[in-house]
Amino acid sequence: MPETIIELNNVWKTYYMGNNEVHALQGISLKVKKGEFVAIMGPSGSGKSTAMNMIGCLDVPSKGEVYLSGKDIMNMSESNLAQVRGRKIGFIFQKFNLINTLTAKENVILPMILQDMTKQERELKAYEILKLVDLTDRMNHRPNELSGGQQQRVAIARSMAMNPEVILADEPTGNLDSKSGSTVISFLKKLHKEKGTTIVMVTHDEHIAHNAERIEYIKDGKIEKVKHNK
Amino acid sequence: MAKIIEYFSIATSNIGKRKLRSWLTMIGIFIGIAAVVGLISLGQGLEKAIETEFQKLGSDKIIVTPAGNVYNSIPDEDTPGKLKEDDEKVINRVRGVKTVALTNFKVSEIKWGKEDIGFYFVSGNPTKNDESSLTQEVYAVTIIEGRYLKPDDKFKAVVGHDYATSTAFKKNLHPGSTIIINNQEFEVVGVKDKLGNEGDDRTVIIPRDTYFELFDTKEYPDTIIVQVNKEFTPDDVAESIKKELRKERNQKEGQEDFAVKTLQEYLTSFLTILNIVQTVLVGIAAISLLVGAIGIMNTMYTTVLERRKEIGIMKAIGARNSDILFLFMIESGFLGLVGGVIGVLLGLGFSNLVASIGRQILGTKLLMATSPWYLIVGALAFAFIIGMLSGVLPAKQAASLKPVETLRYE
Ligand SMILES: Nc1ncnc2c1ncn2[C@@H]1O[C@H](COP(=O)(O)OP(=O)(O)OP(=O)(O)O)[C@@H](O)[C@H]1O
Ligand SMILES: [Mg+2]
Repeated sequence: MPETIIELNNVWKTYYMGNNEVHALQGISLKVKKGEFVAIMGPSGSGKSTAMNMIGCLDVPSKGEVYLSGKDIMNMSESNLAQVRGRKIGFIFQKFNLINTLTAKENVILPMILQDMTKQERELKAYEILKLVDLTDRMNHRPNELSGGQQQRVAIARSMAMNPEVILADEPTGNLDSKSGSTVISFLKKLHKEKGTTIVMVTHDEHIAHNAERIEYIKDGKIEKVKHNK
Repeated sequence: MAKIIEYFSIATSNIGKRKLRSWLTMIGIFIGIAAVVGLISLGQGLEKAIETEFQKLGSDKIIVTPAGNVYNSIPDEDTPGKLKEDDEKVINRVRGVKTVALTNFKVSEIKWGKEDIGFYFVSGNPTKNDESSLTQEVYAVTIIEGRYLKPDDKFKAVVGHDYATSTAFKKNLHPGSTIIINNQEFEVVGVKDKLGNEGDDRTVIIPRDTYFELFDTKEYPDTIIVQVNKEFTPDDVAESIKKELRKERNQKEGQEDFAVKTLQEYLTSFLTILNIVQTVLVGIAAISLLVGAIGIMNTMYTTVLERRKEIGIMKAIGARNSDILFLFMIESGFLGLVGGVIGVLLGLGFSNLVASIGRQILGTKLLMATSPWYLIVGALAFAFIIGMLSGVLPAKQAASLKPVETLRYE
């Protein structure tokens, strides 16, 4: 029985907008085991991105607990959380979120710099993963010189930089045409299969979600139903 | 902290793409650094020039003047103390004293043409050989036409440079010309080289005996110049002279009506004044550094706003608050450093320009802007630190941004 790597336990997240309270998450509970490929689906505004932020330690819950490898993130310091994000989690965003002043290779190298990897290791590693996403010929280009599909592949490469245990992808194909979208998904599947990386992916596309082993449906900040594929 | 270097290279790649605005905000820094470097270079150059000039006069000289009197100033009725003719004997008895020379000076009417008439300094100098050369050394007398006074000269005069060259006078004087001092005719025998100040360049030197005859008084000496034997230290000899003169006058220490100073002491007190002036000027220049610092702070705040998203991304991929803080402070320090480099270059140019203008106006070759390596390195380090300190608050703001919020908004 594989260990549970992520656990949300009755998590609430409330945003305050002036006098208005927005309950983005309303007691969501979710478990992801090591090596799983999970898709999250749900209508717009249902709280998918908010949940992903909790999973990725980018934000903390208003109520409830988030466990990462069995540790309650509420008990971790800011610099500890940053450390965890840097070493254990890779992020892929709908809007790519690359740093525009850096080249593709520099973007991939940045997480390694933050984790004090040596220059030699970095260069080798960057080349290796850029080759994996088939971008070695573009590695010295800046994001604005790359197509959306290529940018998202750079983002995938960046998320793999530290060999994370988990990759969190929030609508990774949302800004891509179907062809580039399926390339991106095929890279994620390859990662999952060959390296055993745990993947949690938000998507609006039922078709894409079927690449996952399990689909969690969110509605109004809660899990509405779960569907197992295969 | 091996990351420092890495951050630095990222920071520079960001600065390379800076907008005109960022360069403009650096103006304050580089004007400030330029002014500080320029002023210090000039001040140091001036100090060196003065020291060299003093070295030429020789450090083995001691000057005795009435108390309350600055070297070379005019004694008047209010002068608290007076020197006595007897003082020469007392001083001569002190161990280590080699030569003693007495001089007098006063302002007198001088006439040498129909329209050339005025009141200038007349100096009565000794003409006996060793006393004469000691006086010439201390007063920096160099003869460019004719000769200096000889021991048996009477009613002969050596005139300052201006009399021979100045266009302000109708008639110019050269060896052989006649000059009338206090209604007495004198023959000009020599012309002194230029010293660069009007007081010296318009002084007329006559033999001291003639001086007393001319003004018909037996005046007290205004200045006593002492040369010290090589084997003795001027400071010790000066101390002994003080003691003997006190004894002679029955005066307590601290209540003397005379002053004894080595040339070195004159140099030191002069340099102290120069240093104070310099410090004040540099302080004023430093205000523009403050303006520069505020400029950098402003730029950094704008930068933090513009790069919110980048900060969010960096945090998402593992940057700690301290990493972001550091990154922005280094970047801000680098802004200061770039301003500092420009400032140092401007400052060096400025001080060398002023020094060369000064050399031409003063007719001296000694004045050189002096910029030692530690001034340049210090200025650059200072500029970097100012930049870094200006970046502290903006960097703190950057570090405290929440990744979720910065990533949410486009
Ligand atoms: N920082 C915030 N401040 C205020 N309200 C927020 C904030 N973030 C999210 N919300 C609100 O919380 C709810 C859930 O938002 P979330 O972004 O998680 O939805 P989502 O399921 O990802 O939607 P989409 O499919 O459109 O991306 C929404 O009503 C949103 O307006
Ligand atoms: Mg979303």
